[in-house]
Amino acid sequence: MIDRRTRRHLVSRVMTGTTVVAAVAAVLPLFLILAYLVLKGFSSINWAFFVETPAAPGSTGGGVSNAIVGSAMVVGVGTLIGVPLGVGAGVYLAEYGGTGRMAQMVRFVADVLNGTPSIVVGVFVWTWMVKPMGHFSALAGSVALAVLMIPMVTRTTEEMLRLVPGSLREAALALGYSRWRASLGIVVRTALPGVVTGALIAVARIAGETAPLLFTTLGNLNFKTDLLQPMQTLSLQVFVYATGPFPEWHRLAWGVALVLVVLVLLTNIAARYATRSGRATGR
Amino acid sequence: MRRAPAVPPVAESHVPVLRTEGLSALFHGVPAVRDVTLDFERNSVTAIIGPSGCGKSTFLRCLNRMHELSDGGTVAGRVLLDGVDVYSEAIHPITLRMRCGMVFQHPTPFPTMSIFDNVAAGLRLGPRLERRVLEDRVSDALKRAGLWEEVYDRLRASPLDLSGGQQQRLCIARALAPEPGILLLDEPTSALDPISTQRIEDLIQDLSERYTVIVVTHNMQQASRISDRTAFFFMGALIETAPTRQMFTNPQEERTEAYVTGRFG
Amino acid sequence: MLGLFLQLVVSAWPAIRAFGAGFLFSSTWDPVRDVYGAAPMIYGTVVSSVLALLLAVPLAVGVAIFLTEFAPGWMRGPIGALVELLAAIPSVVYGLWGIFVLLPALREFVVPPLQATLGWLPLFSGTFRGNSMLAAGIILAVMIVPYISAVAREVLLAVPKHQREAALALGATRWEMVWTAVLPYGRAGITGAIVLGLGRALGETMAVTMVVGNRHALSLSLLEPGYSMAAAIANEFTEATTAMHIAALFEIGLVLFVMTVLVNAVARLLVWRVTGGTPAGSRG
Repeated sequence: MIDRRTRRHLVSRVMTGTTVVAAVAAVLPLFLILAYLVLKGFSSINWAFFVETPAAPGSTGGGVSNAIVGSAMVVGVGTLIGVPLGVGAGVYLAEYGGTGRMAQMVRFVADVLNGTPSIVVGVFVWTWMVKPMGHFSALAGSVALAVLMIPMVTRTTEEMLRLVPGSLREAALALGYSRWRASLGIVVRTALPGVVTGALIAVARIAGETAPLLFTTLGNLNFKTDLLQPMQTLSLQVFVYATGPFPEWHRLAWGVALVLVVLVLLTNIAARYATRSGRATGR
Repeated sequence: MRRAPAVPPVAESHVPVLRTEGLSALFHGVPAVRDVTLDFERNSVTAIIGPSGCGKSTFLRCLNRMHELSDGGTVAGRVLLDGVDVYSEAIHPITLRMRCGMVFQHPTPFPTMSIFDNVAAGLRLGPRLERRVLEDRVSDALKRAGLWEEVYDRLRASPLDLSGGQQQRLCIARALAPEPGILLLDEPTSALDPISTQRIEDLIQDLSERYTVIVVTHNMQQASRISDRTAFFFMGALIETAPTRQMFTNPQEERTEAYVTGRFG
Repeated sequence: MLGLFLQLVVSAWPAIRAFGAGFLFSSTWDPVRDVYGAAPMIYGTVVSSVLALLLAVPLAVGVAIFLTEFAPGWMRGPIGALVELLAAIPSVVYGLWGIFVLLPALREFVVPPLQATLGWLPLFSGTFRGNSMLAAGIILAVMIVPYISAVAREVLLAVPKHQREAALALGATRWEMVWTAVLPYGRAGITGAIVLGLGRALGETMAVTMVVGNRHALSLSLLEPGYSMAAAIANEFTEATTAMHIAALFEIGLVLFVMTVLVNAVARLLVWRVTGGTPAGSRG
């Protein structure tokens, strides 16, 4: 019989190995997905892919230019709405809110919104925008995305601002800076790289969203740039093609998904890069 | 920015630049500084000493109205700058802070600004200055802070490249640039190495020729080296104040004697 | 916020009034006769999420332990980044992969042996045609692993060094140190991480609706198609014809919203207690 000490070491070894297996198993799907995306999606991508609009259902060829432009617009407008509000809320919480009642409420709301399923947000925006307007629109989708974005950006902004040492703000105040100028001009400026990173990560998250767009932006097979009309996005395109009946559509779906994932990953990497090259906050 | 009316001109008779009368500072109603009446002579260096927690930093922060920015910070009593109560309507806190320069324990250069911009930061808050004038004031301040020789060729560089002692001198230059009359230094060398400390102590003595300097320090030897007058605080109250030499050789109060001879603190 | 909640309640009111509490338990979903019951959806959401947790938690906690305790320093950054990258992949892409890669794989390699050995369990009975609760559970599991592991990592990192050193000084092996000193300390936080993952799984829409089958049926077998609340809303909202249909869907949304808010609140409470209660603390 093995003595007790050796057995304990063995157990330790085995469990360590198990965690390694867990790590591998956790990361494996990532590689599987990326591999399939590249393998199956690459063949669909050619120049026409980017420039043309979808062909008639059932026929081959066609591109996704409407989806690319659509994604850019919907995500872009959503960012324009969401980032300023989110950063503003974050600045408020970090610089002025403290532990007051108002601040607690804002934080609570942000937290609740953060955990809300994106489809519920879509339903909400439908009630408040689509129904009164009478039709679906890209703008409604942008608003839905902005609502999803704001709590994310608020939290990261607040976190980054809190990392700036209080002594910096004090030094500015002692020099004669007014409260809000010390906040914006010194503290926010110092934390800016981190804030930008947080915003970019949020943008990457909403770029891939589909559920809230299902009944706000709806989707469109044609090329449209009117914000007040339904519009197509890359994410919606993947959904339509993947669940559609035509094998040609399935083939194209991989290509669109590849483009979408590449864009999302690039944005994520760009976000991390912003903190790396940005100056570390002062001592 | 709304400017408060200017401080009335000084009478020619011997009016101390700064004076507190019955000054108390509280945190959420609990006094940290009690009823302090103290004169600061023009162009002198006054050291404020005392064991930690005795209220000396809090007292200092009352002088340029920084204490009220702390959570729950309130003030009672008067602080008279050239005869005018700084807590009255006559002076806006921001104007006051621009007339006082403050340097803290840890060097805090603004990390997103260059060395030049750091020193100019205080100047840029005031009326617009011509480019040449700005540059002169900045180089002037750096010279007076004893840092010019070391940075004149890299004014656009980041202050984070400087050593701790250099950064602190940069903060001093930043405080000097707006030509304050009063310099408030809160343990300026406690985070620095001995050589940097030495340099700054020499600097402080030079500075007293142009400014009224008030230094909070927990280092008695430092106080005896650099100051003309010393004030001893204990548990929020001013126990004794005297010319430095007298304070350390012949203190009047028992507690003062106990502190300066090292029996506690 | 409150507005959202009230809005949902108001819009769902007709359905609440019409069906009462039975809504939660009935399985009839008949748009023609305007009669609705949400039991299959609620069941499906819960079952798929629980299944996802069962699969994801060992993996996620294992990864977290690996990264904080055993991995060599140079590995921690890259592997951690890879796990987090999983969270960056859009849900719809997961669904795509699910339809065309996971389902066939399940059909070929996993289900036959599963049915051969465990087919007598009601859990694995029935014919497997691809779209199923099992597939939904697996996809959800992969999606929530990064969330659970990120929070678990933070919780484990918050365990003070001296706890570990005390255990090692007593002569514990590395694993014993983790098991007896680190994990119990972080137990509340890790539970919070798990609950957080649950919250995430409950609300997941696209990937689920693409592989679950979207069938209004409540079945014990994991191999049968099913439904989830989010999938129901996604599928039927734009095509709902009657006002009652829409109200019913709103009511589903309300139930989903309440569930996720409660679950997330519990998770936050648990995690804050361990990581020191910074409001802007752990990643969601």
